[in-house]
Amino acid sequence: MLEKLLLRNVGVPGSTSLAVYEQRGGYQSLRKALNLPPESIAEEVKKSGLRGRGGAGFPTGLKWSFMPKDSPKPRYLVVNADESEPGTFKDRLLMEADPHLCLEGFLISAHAIRAKKVFVYIRGEFVKSYRVLHGAIEEARAKGYVGKRILGTDAEIEIILHRGAGAYICGEETALMESLEGKRGYPRLKPPFPAVSGLYGCPTTINNVETLANVPFIVERGADWYLKIGREKNSGPKLYCLSGHLKKPGVYEAPLGVDLMTLVNEMGGGLWRGDRKLKAIIPGGASSPVLTADECRDVPMDFDSLAARKTMLGSAGVMVLDDSVCMVRALERILRFFAHESCGQCTPCRVGSSWIHSIVKRVEAGAGQAGDCETLLDVCDNMIGKTICVFADAAALPAMSFINKFRGEFDDHIRQRRCALPEKA
Amino acid sequence: MSERPAGTGGLTVFPSDPARIPGFVQGSIALRGPAAPEGITPDPGRPLSAESLMEIDRAIANYPDRRSALLPALWVAQREQGFVGTKPMEEIAGKIGVSPAFVAGVVSFYTMYHTKPVGNHLIQVCTTLSCYLRGADRMVEHLRKKLGVEVGGTTADGKFTLITVECLGSCGTAPMLQLNDDYHENLDPIEKVDALLASLK
Repeated sequence: MLEKLLLRNVGVPGSTSLAVYEQRGGYQSLRKALNLPPESIAEEVKKSGLRGRGGAGFPTGLKWSFMPKDSPKPRYLVVNADESEPGTFKDRLLMEADPHLCLEGFLISAHAIRAKKVFVYIRGEFVKSYRVLHGAIEEARAKGYVGKRILGTDAEIEIILHRGAGAYICGEETALMESLEGKRGYPRLKPPFPAVSGLYGCPTTINNVETLANVPFIVERGADWYLKIGREKNSGPKLYCLSGHLKKPGVYEAPLGVDLMTLVNEMGGGLWRGDRKLKAIIPGGASSPVLTADECRDVPMDFDSLAARKTMLGSAGVMVLDDSVCMVRALERILRFFAHESCGQCTPCRVGSSWIHSIVKRVEAGAGQAGDCETLLDVCDNMIGKTICVFADAAALPAMSFINKFRGEFDDHIRQRRCALPEKA
Repeated sequence: MSERPAGTGGLTVFPSDPARIPGFVQGSIALRGPAAPEGITPDPGRPLSAESLMEIDRAIANYPDRRSALLPALWVAQREQGFVGTKPMEEIAGKIGVSPAFVAGVVSFYTMYHTKPVGNHLIQVCTTLSCYLRGADRMVEHLRKKLGVEVGGTTADGKFTLITVECLGSCGTAPMLQLNDDYHENLDPIEKVDALLASLK
């Protein structure tokens, strides 16, 4: 395993304190960045190939370059810390265990896009993340890293923490801005994109926590060094969240493109019980289409390799299912989530997500009817690409993958009017 | 495909009457937030304390637009009174510069704001996929029996409220629950849940 970067301080005693962070080389990248022209930092990040770690994998440097050069309006950096994708818990770890790495990333990035204000939108349930980050900001402010005239330069950056209040959709960048403006979290139509008209109609860049935690390393060691980690067009270290039926679930760092079964067997310790076999893996959070056990061989865990397999890396929430799992029930759990979290703005999503959930629920309960799978696939087809944001796709695509890849189980439930799998603990 | 309305050329139409939707279960459309059924008989709560009002003013100063302080203000109200009643909603509306109805609309969108009092110990069990795979349903059953309440209910002494929630971002340490502000993780075996409950009495 390569040198740990993103998790280098995790597990170190006192890792949340400024003193320990500085002792381990912290804030040197900020010092370096403040003496560089902002454009050159943005250029270096572009060259590094860093792609957004929130789910979409959009090139970060390119996103930054969309910020208008000559707008008279204030410019904002918004940090998306609304980590809510089922199976994902990496940003929480970063914020709770290494808040100063996060802050250093936020500060350098704000400098790079010439933003004087950073809003960090933290998931409402993450009270500990909020408290740890809040403490870290106060410590950093006292040392002159935050506020006016940072480290004696002309740089001025203020960081405001903003708590969400329980709504998955607020992780969608435009819904997040609506929520930050004090409204219901309804996604906005794009264009205009946030760089042109974002928060309060001003130029805004929104990045994920893990994405920005990469930036201090790029500034410190350069894009050429960064490009050597990972694979072509998928550079850098990545935090993988392993959960489900594993011996050692948790957050692990590996280069982008690490082999899926290496992650599962070597880092995750393999299946939790010796008498079980692998049944399926959801590779990138609940929104990503499922892979059957056969499909899990030779899968490089990066954006493009998973897209080529008609699924996605998403937020790298790897959920491992053993052969005791009923796939109809697993899908029911996933769809219950989406039915609960649809914001209700667009009809295909508002009605569709509840509709497909209620059909899968009845199939699971042994009350399915002939033709239910066809209806499900048909409704899914009418959700995809027909709404303002991609939430409807995120509900429909996994549903289609479960039905298409495990059709036999759905048909058996409908025919036998019950689940044929023996109950296992 | 027999249930699909005829003549739509392969497109599913959404009938205006939900009862006509194949497979649709009446009442299954999720309404966001807990306020939907409760809203019929709103709980007024109390006027906010001077201290809370000052804290809201400080929150307003953080933002270029005072409306951004709405969610922070609601958090202040909930921390003071345990829920957000209609009286604080009106006060907050006045401070933020929006209508009380707008505030109520925002409150009902977010699941974490309560519009009625909840138990001193709010137990929220995550039952989404990763926690389900590690025994979350058994934990809910256990808590239900142990506390003698249904999911969504509060014990007679007002001490405990038990609810199930969607993913809390603690999938690697499943099963887990959130007790008020704090996460309690790796709650397998179930005796750990008993020990947690015992520590609260």
